[in-house]
Amino acid sequence: MQLTGEARGAHTRCAARLSPFTRTLVTLCAIAAPALGGVLPEDRADVLWHLYKGGDITIQGPSVLVRKKVGDNLSLSANYYEDMISSASIDVKLSASPYHETRRQESLGADYLHGKSTYSVGFITSKEPDYKANTSYFAVSQDMFGDLTTVTLGYRRGWDRVFRDIKTPQGVLENDPTFHQRADHRGYSLSLSQVLTRNAILGFNYELLTDQGYLANPYRKIRYLSPGQGAGFTLADQVYPNTRTSHAASLQLKYFLPYRAALTGQYRFFRDTWGILAHTAEVDYTHPVWKHWIFDGSLRYYRQGAADFYSDLFPRANYQNFMARDRELAAFRSYTVGAGASWQFAMPGVPSLGKNSINVRVDHLLVDYSDFRNALLASTYGAGNEPLYKLDANVFQVFVSIWF
Amino acid sequence: MRVAPGLPSVSLTVKLMRELTAVLLLAALAGCAAPTPWVKPYEREHFADPIMSFNRDPVSSTYLQHVFETREGARGATGSVGGGCGCN
Repeated sequence: MQLTGEARGAHTRCAARLSPFTRTLVTLCAIAAPALGGVLPEDRADVLWHLYKGGDITIQGPSVLVRKKVGDNLSLSANYYEDMISSASIDVKLSASPYHETRRQESLGADYLHGKSTYSVGFITSKEPDYKANTSYFAVSQDMFGDLTTVTLGYRRGWDRVFRDIKTPQGVLENDPTFHQRADHRGYSLSLSQVLTRNAILGFNYELLTDQGYLANPYRKIRYLSPGQGAGFTLADQVYPNTRTSHAASLQLKYFLPYRAALTGQYRFFRDTWGILAHTAEVDYTHPVWKHWIFDGSLRYYRQGAADFYSDLFPRANYQNFMARDRELAAFRSYTVGAGASWQFAMPGVPSLGKNSINVRVDHLLVDYSDFRNALLASTYGAGNEPLYKLDANVFQVFVSIWF
Repeated sequence: MRVAPGLPSVSLTVKLMRELTAVLLLAALAGCAAPTPWVKPYEREHFADPIMSFNRDPVSSTYLQHVFETREGARGATGSVGGGCGCN
């Protein structure tokens, strides 16, 4: 799922500079903000190029996000996002064939400020040759207790149409006319942002998500033992439950260090009705240096247990009512190290564009599976004895931001 | 009136209940009143600094969330709204 929109942190919308004059302006802004009630996001445009490379998959494309205020109370946003996918992943090699495709996503959003309340609505549409998704969302945000606390309640609804591509005798990919499925999604969220001290702010998020419909990947297969045949296993279709409900709760604590730097600690707990239990922990450090540079570093640790109906190798065909071998449902640990740099500059000769930035970010991802084996090596090691699969991937982002 | 050793007398129990009721009432009244902000507006300069934003660059953080969400079983509670798939 592609995420859009942004978290609503309290009192973080006014820009700050290092010069004493701007610091004074910022302080005045912070003092004036409570009197004005809530604050709308700044007018801003971002143009990003992203590249993911790992596990014989390359995904790249642009993302353009523009946000503009209309009057004093309304802020509109629009996003165009594209994934150009070239995949010959381990799953594709085992049960399908390498492919290239493009996913395009567009979204529109509006935030309306009324006193200390902000009302947000939006619509997201995503299209790829074999998957079409529409999502709408609504959220209400309220500043309270002297603007030290911001509470947000959100609801979202999604409607997906799932297809499966097949190759015609002429070698052209097209939707299988016998396969057309649907999936519906609903989400309910509660967020809280709380200023703790003059240097610390706490964020809490809870989200309940429910899905109904076709929730499997139609291309991936399970495998079951079949001694004496081929590599010792046979492939068969996955069978997923038609419903899923998940609960996720996260805490974020951000602290302003005495020498103008920020330290963030995050933890998320997740569990769902498929039996997946997951923990995510992350530490981020932001350090401005000189006058125009900001450097970021992050460490992320993720761990999950397998879904109840997941197995790398089932003992026989039709072993149980639900069967899956999607590695997203396997047990694994994941480690991510990230670093970023941002250079802020003023557009020469254009006074209205006094704040702009060029940003670069690199993340290295290592996924260590506990029960997902490299089935492509079954003929060498024997089915069920192959080495465990590991995924190494790099994620690159380059983007330009303009405040106007 | 005889009282079993170690047990409070009836009058003592009533007294305790009255005190407890008073404490609960006071707590309820205190809950109705808006708390005084303990961080004054002029002390919030650091929260106006962009480095203190939970989501300084939405275009970047949403992309990275997408990368994780399509490769992991967990989802949600990121403070953002999602849509679409890109999972096949």
